[in-house]
Amino acid sequence: MIRLRGVTKIYKMGSEQVAALGGVDLEIMDGEFIAIMGPSGSGKSTLMNIIGCLDRPTSGTYSLDGINVSRLGDAALAKVRNRRLGFVFQSFNLLPRLSAVDQVALPLSYRAATNRKKLAKHALHMVGLGNRMNHKPTQLSGGQQQRVAIARAIVGRPTIILADEPTGALDTKTSHDVMELFRQLNEQRGITIAFVTHEPDVAAWTRRIVALRDGLIVSDEPNIPVYERQVQPHQQTAVEHVVHAMMEPGA
Amino acid sequence: MSILDVFITALTSMRSNILRTLLTMLGIIIGIAAVITGTAAGEGAQQGVTERIAGLGSNLMFVRPYSPDSGGVNLPGLGPSLFFEDSKQVVNAKLPCVSAIAAQATIGAPGDFIGAQAIYRGKNIDTLLVGTEPTYQQVRNFYVGSGRFITQDDVDKKALVVVLGSGVADKLFGSADPIGQNMRIFAGVGGRFGITINFTVIGVMEARGGSSGADEDNQIFTPLPSLQARAPAGFRNARGYSNIGQINVALAENCDEDAAKIDIAAILRKARELPPGKENDFQIQSQKDVLATATEVEESFQILIASIALIALVVGGIGIMNIMLVSVTERTREIGIRKAVGAKRFDILLQFLLEALVVTVLGGILGVLAAWGATKIAAGFDIGGKDTKYAITAQWVMLGLGVSAVTGVIAGVYPAWRAARLDPIEALRHE
Repeated sequence: MIRLRGVTKIYKMGSEQVAALGGVDLEIMDGEFIAIMGPSGSGKSTLMNIIGCLDRPTSGTYSLDGINVSRLGDAALAKVRNRRLGFVFQSFNLLPRLSAVDQVALPLSYRAATNRKKLAKHALHMVGLGNRMNHKPTQLSGGQQQRVAIARAIVGRPTIILADEPTGALDTKTSHDVMELFRQLNEQRGITIAFVTHEPDVAAWTRRIVALRDGLIVSDEPNIPVYERQVQPHQQTAVEHVVHAMMEPGA
Repeated sequence: MSILDVFITALTSMRSNILRTLLTMLGIIIGIAAVITGTAAGEGAQQGVTERIAGLGSNLMFVRPYSPDSGGVNLPGLGPSLFFEDSKQVVNAKLPCVSAIAAQATIGAPGDFIGAQAIYRGKNIDTLLVGTEPTYQQVRNFYVGSGRFITQDDVDKKALVVVLGSGVADKLFGSADPIGQNMRIFAGVGGRFGITINFTVIGVMEARGGSSGADEDNQIFTPLPSLQARAPAGFRNARGYSNIGQINVALAENCDEDAAKIDIAAILRKARELPPGKENDFQIQSQKDVLATATEVEESFQILIASIALIALVVGGIGIMNIMLVSVTERTREIGIRKAVGAKRFDILLQFLLEALVVTVLGGILGVLAAWGATKIAAGFDIGGKDTKYAITAQWVMLGLGVSAVTGVIAGVYPAWRAARLDPIEALRHE
């Protein structure tokens, strides 16, 4: 379970201080499928980086499964990233010269794990890349690279997968494939999935949508995933509601 | 992460960017090879000098005329001279410490007014004509290779026979056998004013291979009286004695050199009728004295080599540092990715430490091999003369490897440590 209390993040830009997050309270339960939306500059990526233990809050507390991770040192934090979390980036962040199977095995090399290759191959099969094991990133399409990154995120059997604009660099069809993969991981394996997006039709895949603006949460609504929805043209969906809230400040 | 994992990670990372690895290594290889080849040439030259001096005979002393007033200058007939009779006095004294004595007179030494030319069937070469005694072989530890050396009979009869140095034999006779052949030797000035003597070749000396300064293979030996009987007037003096250039004295084993010097000086003073209180008009130089002079030269030579090698090491070290700094700094993003998937600061540090070690040590070893190959090739092509030797010494190999490893590791690990201290997101933002 993720619990943030009064989390702020302040950057120094020269002599000026810019608050990317202005005090965020947020709870994400185990097994949730949640999207964080917001326009650029809203602080949604900063929030995701803090949840992913890639960045530290300036103030406030962040506890993950009851552990106050905002107080952990480098080694303990590395262990949290390695064991409990899987992170997927917009720009994939693969190592340029490693084969797909070596990329996926990378998190396992930072823990005492046996048969890493086997586990890595299994994860690649799960994301549908069983026939691309030895390809390097340059030999893969964007969608395939993102699926390698997802395989890398799930290979260590984390309880939470976090993603920062996972479909941001992908076309509609490939985005659809990535979301379908997330849905399966969430429904079949019970993995908590939280990601940042600014695309309403990507957010529409989730069961909860949080909207952020100027470093603060402006709405937090449940959502009926698009694949479960009956066609009811006159009903405003949560996504449309959120988009509406963002477009018209003060609405 | 176990040490084996770190090792595999480091090797995988190096293999995955083989060009970067090889280029980094190349810098190290060239640096190390340059230092070791340079010092090997220097050390080899130094050893060559030491060997040549040792080759003269380890317990050899020379007696030469010496004028304290004219600063050591001696021309035949001018200033003090040594005589064959002086040498005979030393022989007759039968000093227990003296094992053999050979007087010698030379024509054609470098810098001499009178030159010597060996002539055979239209070919002629400048040479050093040495008149000496049968004992010369033992005294100078330099023996005849084929035929025979001068005998006492030759000396008594003032026979016109010569023993050729191997270099002279090669140049004048080529592949033909010189023994039994007749040849001429001209002694004089400018090839015109002088005398020409006919000799019969009786032997050829073994090859010595000495090069710098006096080439011992470019000498011709003849009985001392034969030379004196035919020599220009300068070799005789008013008393009817015959001048010689020097007396070579071989000492017996385990003899006190300084005591022998005193004994010989006393005999010579008596023979030369020097009144008490008058300074010696000759000089006795031992092998030790020659070595002392050479050692002084060697030491300054050694300092020169060391300073050049150290400059090369510093330059090489800075080169290694530069390459490592650049290659690690451009990998900040990789460090961010590794941290994002769970690498600890220590894991990153260990990986880069190991990569730097493997690159520098492997590069260092290849550099040593390259230096070894370069010295073999240089020696094979006689670069720097056929006697230039190359001696790769352990101390320079260790120093070279040590400097490359230390600079490589510092330069490889410091930026990695800096990057590993960043939050992963900071490192990931690095372009």
